[in-house]
Amino acid sequence: MAPDARAGTTEARDTDWDGVRLHIVTGKGGTGKTTVAAALALALAGQGRRVLLAEVEGRQGISQTFDVAPLAAIEARIAHAAQGGEVFGLSVDAKAALLEYLQMYYKLGRAGGLLEKFGAIDFATTIAPGVRDVLLIGKVYEAVRRRKEHKAKGPGAAPAYDAVILDAPPTGRVARFLNVNHEVADLARVGPIRSQADSITAMLRSPQTVVHVVTLLEEMPVQETVDAIAELRAVDMPIGGVVVNQVRETILSPKTLNTAARSAISREDVAADLSRVNVRATDAIVDGLLAEARDHAERVALEHDASMVIADLRRPTYQLPSLSEGVDANGIRELAETLVAQGMA
Amino acid sequence: MGAVLDIDALIDDPQTRIIVCCGAGGVGKTTVAAALGLRAAESGRQVVVLTIDPARRLAQSLGLTALDNTPRPVESIDVTRGGSLDAMMLDMKRTFDEVVMAHANAEKAEQILANPFYQAVSSSFAGTQEYMAMEKLGQLRLEADRDPDNPRWDLIVVDTPPSRSALDFLDAPKRLGSFLDGRFIRLLAAPAKVGGRAYLKVFSAGVNIVTTTMAKVLGAQMLTDVQTFVSALDTMFGGFRERADHTYALLSDSTTKFIVVAAPERDALREASYFVDRLDEEGMPLAGLVVNRVYRVSAPGLSADRALSAAEQLGDDEDGISSGVSDSTAITAGLLRLHAVQAEIAGRHQSLAKRFIAGHPGIPTVEVPAAAQDIHDVVGLRAVGEALAGN
Repeated sequence: MAPDARAGTTEARDTDWDGVRLHIVTGKGGTGKTTVAAALALALAGQGRRVLLAEVEGRQGISQTFDVAPLAAIEARIAHAAQGGEVFGLSVDAKAALLEYLQMYYKLGRAGGLLEKFGAIDFATTIAPGVRDVLLIGKVYEAVRRRKEHKAKGPGAAPAYDAVILDAPPTGRVARFLNVNHEVADLARVGPIRSQADSITAMLRSPQTVVHVVTLLEEMPVQETVDAIAELRAVDMPIGGVVVNQVRETILSPKTLNTAARSAISREDVAADLSRVNVRATDAIVDGLLAEARDHAERVALEHDASMVIADLRRPTYQLPSLSEGVDANGIRELAETLVAQGMA
Repeated sequence: MGAVLDIDALIDDPQTRIIVCCGAGGVGKTTVAAALGLRAAESGRQVVVLTIDPARRLAQSLGLTALDNTPRPVESIDVTRGGSLDAMMLDMKRTFDEVVMAHANAEKAEQILANPFYQAVSSSFAGTQEYMAMEKLGQLRLEADRDPDNPRWDLIVVDTPPSRSALDFLDAPKRLGSFLDGRFIRLLAAPAKVGGRAYLKVFSAGVNIVTTTMAKVLGAQMLTDVQTFVSALDTMFGGFRERADHTYALLSDSTTKFIVVAAPERDALREASYFVDRLDEEGMPLAGLVVNRVYRVSAPGLSADRALSAAEQLGDDEDGISSGVSDSTAITAGLLRLHAVQAEIAGRHQSLAKRFIAGHPGIPTVEVPAAAQDIHDVVGLRAVGEALAGN
């Protein structure tokens, strides 16, 4: 639970992140960051809400997870949730974001095409350091602040999205990615890119935003989680929860685990039991079963160490089960329900 | 089962001079690269392993305590066959600085290194890491070949950066090249040049709009920095281009072998498919695929179903709670249930790997079993090497 994150709202039920409108999800490669972002989006879309799920690395992870057509730079509905809730997907494209931005603020007309022709757009979106990240997050920033069109603009109009979930770059890069201000600071001391970066930073550091970190109960992902949280703190980003993904169910009783860890399981007893239920108790099978138990006990001990490190972080922690059938659209729904049950959404 | 990737034949072949390990993030590329390097060194080759971002403990076990951009000997390896193993971690900014210093005179180099745009490009430009990894590979190769009679290394193993998109390291040299040759950059760099002037005459109205707009968007001062940077870099363009082309040629050479590393998961294998196709498209020499961390059971003779029903017969109820049986029987029932779950995971990994192999006939493959613990010492790497060799 995160009492500091509870803002006073009129939501039907309390969640750990009431009042948060931008959920940024990161994690080491291979931990299932996109899966968790997708599950969180579905979970937040329950109770008839409108949610946007955005990716910024052009990997099409979202469309593959939901098994829908590849996403473009235009928001498209990718899933329905309970009580008319909707999840929209967006693959943010730096080039499209820049052209949109230029059109919005400068009413470019002919110059837009010229910029493209001279390679200036390519320059700004791929080469100029920092500018690309400002554009990518800038688009997400715009979506968070966007108001419904049919109402008058201004603070009275309802937001276009109740929540935005960003499937962010992995832990190794996320602090730099989110620290847009610093990235452009040396290059653009004044000017519109700078002021855009300033407004983005203000929103990222506000109570409206949190960064969640996805991990597995393994040494390296946990270490990266610890490092990423320290790096994010150093750049004043609000830290959200830790999502422990692919948690395996406990199979052996603590007593059996303990006996297995000490290699103290009686070979003869196991062989006798097996013979009793007509399983051929060959050496290979008995030794194999004992070896499996020992390996398992070893891994459980490592997982325990990893959870201790996570507990020391003192962040709200959520556990998602390892899905035996792999992650498909139904699996995502199952994970979303688990997140709701644990109070993340 | 399709063709088997024969790792020992690959590393024992003196014609293999470079091995590039690529794959999605989180599949164990660095571990595979280090294990390959160790195995090759212990079979008698002079090896250097270039890692990009190793896990802390693995780095320590390789003696990589400082990120100093220099290969250091790895201790505690078996040198009875006359081999050696060096390892290094890439420092991308330092590598870029070295390139600048190698190609520009002292005064120009100083100007470039001090330029804010250069500092940003060299430390954060998406793609710099990929480009510099390949640059470092080229440097290591040059150093290896300096004395052909007594090469410092006869095998270089490279771990590739965990790129945003799969094969950025192949594209990076080209991308940097096209950036430096780009129209926009040329426009900024050479408004006063003769050729540039003619070009500008035709487009002068457009040029004004472009530079004015860019100045508006990026800020005039940033454009000035870029201009200074580009004109300082002007003398180096040829050098950059040449090196990028050289590295690309080195990668496509038949003495280079690519190994795609994947994990037995849907996403990682999909990424691996992309790698395999892309390498094929580029004409890069692919040695094969390593499916890393494949789950295996120690008692393969017993099926999951049989184990589960035996557990039930021993007195387990549906939830796996044993009641009214002796402690030792409860343990046996537990072992059977554990085996059933693990045999199922192993079966799923097998079928994922099989499907990949069926979809890519003719690509030699080897599976590395999942280890109970994270690999972070030479002993662990040696075991991975054994598994890579199919033992």
